[in-house]
Amino acid sequence: MRSLVIARREFFAYFESPIGYVVVALFSALAAALFFLVGDVFFSYNQASMRHFFSNMPMLVAMIAPAIAMRSWAEEIRSGTVERLMTLPFSLGQLVVGKFLGVWAVFAVALLCTLLAPISVAMLGDLDWGPVIAAYVGTLFLAGAGLAICCFLSALTSNQIVAWMVGACTLLVFNLFHLLASAVFIPRWLAEISLNIDMSQHFHALARGVIDVPSLGFYVAVMIVSLVANTLILSLRRHG
Amino acid sequence: MPVPSKVVVQVKDLHKRYGDVHALRGLNLDVYAGQIVGFLGPNGAGKTTAIKILSGFLAADSGSASICGFDSETQGLEVKQVLGYLPENNPLYSDMRVVDALNFIGAAHKLSGTKLKDAIERVVVQTQLHQVYWRPLGHCSKGFRQRVGLAQALLNDPQVLLLDEPTNGLDPLQVVEMRKLITSLGAEKTVIITSHVLPEIEAVADRVVVMNHGSKVMDTDIASLASEQLIAVELHCSVDAFRAICSQAEAHIEEMIVANDSNCQAMIKANGNASELVSRLAEAAVASKVQVASLSPQGHSLEHEFRKICQNDGGQA
Repeated sequence: MRSLVIARREFFAYFESPIGYVVVALFSALAAALFFLVGDVFFSYNQASMRHFFSNMPMLVAMIAPAIAMRSWAEEIRSGTVERLMTLPFSLGQLVVGKFLGVWAVFAVALLCTLLAPISVAMLGDLDWGPVIAAYVGTLFLAGAGLAICCFLSALTSNQIVAWMVGACTLLVFNLFHLLASAVFIPRWLAEISLNIDMSQHFHALARGVIDVPSLGFYVAVMIVSLVANTLILSLRRHG
Repeated sequence: MPVPSKVVVQVKDLHKRYGDVHALRGLNLDVYAGQIVGFLGPNGAGKTTAIKILSGFLAADSGSASICGFDSETQGLEVKQVLGYLPENNPLYSDMRVVDALNFIGAAHKLSGTKLKDAIERVVVQTQLHQVYWRPLGHCSKGFRQRVGLAQALLNDPQVLLLDEPTNGLDPLQVVEMRKLITSLGAEKTVIITSHVLPEIEAVADRVVVMNHGSKVMDTDIASLASEQLIAVELHCSVDAFRAICSQAEAHIEEMIVANDSNCQAMIKANGNASELVSRLAEAAVASKVQVASLSPQGHSLEHEFRKICQNDGGQA
């Protein structure tokens, strides 16, 4: 698969600078801190369960995904290397998919580092690993959707900070659509749409360890739409 | 100069606009196999836009460009496989080591295993990169970075090389080295090089295309230009005496490019040997007891044409 050449370059580029290590460390530290320390939820439950750990994931992803994806295109545009990249024998689609797979792999590494949390829980009690693995898969899909949106937004600017801020705000909005649904003045059809496009709503079942196919399908659809939009942006850039 | 054979780069009626700016206005060009073509022109003439369209980085608004028979718009991937491109300012991934950058570009060109290793060895020798092979690109000098850029463009052993301002920012010694390298590459490849520096093009190209305001204003062989010598003449005499002196050297005059009888000044293109024309004019002036204010060779007509273009643009070059 041609895109893997780009994905490999993208993945290793993150770990050539401190940013990759900082993002990975920050994500795992925040995930663990929110689980074990904030609200004392884990210890008060007195159960070997990871449900609370995964319930924090939509918001964590909304902060971390833009940080990982912000440089994907913005830095290429700023440094001019986008010209080198776009004149290599790849189609625009291959470039976009390659970049996306690279940043997704970076997130996967960050997510792998959080395995210390379930391992710790398993040492404290009898943890059912089935739902935990299912929730990890769900988190990967949730992050995939967030990263695809942020890669697209990164292609709109040459400034990484702008890309991060716009990405974080966008993902925040995508996680708060369910609030709109509960507003009294909103018509029912709009409330339903709001619930259906809310990324955190689709994660509820996945966080419980249920492989919810429609929710996974929603995240895949968001990825596809974002990657197509990203390709269109690059195509528009070609046309000046 | 090689005898023109098959057309490897063909540009037909290429147009490109950036908002209100009409950057390319119907460019037409045929480049033959083995030629080194220099795109010359003041800043904003459209050279880089033409190169970016040929490389596939930009799409033209209308018209067509093909390389080795592949259309740059509809067969972009095929074009990129037969093309080597060194963009202006040579953007590189500074976080990568030279070896990693070459491996990445090689993999992008579907090279792997022994083929990739051989290709890297070849370009490292061609561009003399041994010294910095393991060094991060961010720690390389401008000269070495430029060579790495060229090495990347050569990795796929392209039939056509596009070099956009390849000596930009290099010191004089590095410029000489880069010119030697480009000339040697021209022995086996078709090269299109852009520059706004005239000696740059003269040193490496065997054909020059002068562009201005998005149009081609001159397209000629360097070899034929080299034989065209210009001489600036200024005499202190009457108008009649000036005409008489010039007419005595008529046999050696190809063309009076700029003539101003009233001031007894002229820019003359020599027919053959320029020094012969200078001698004849000097002899005629002495015989007529006319004082010579100036009688100086001005180089060949490429420089003259380019100066005219730049002067029309208010000296921007």
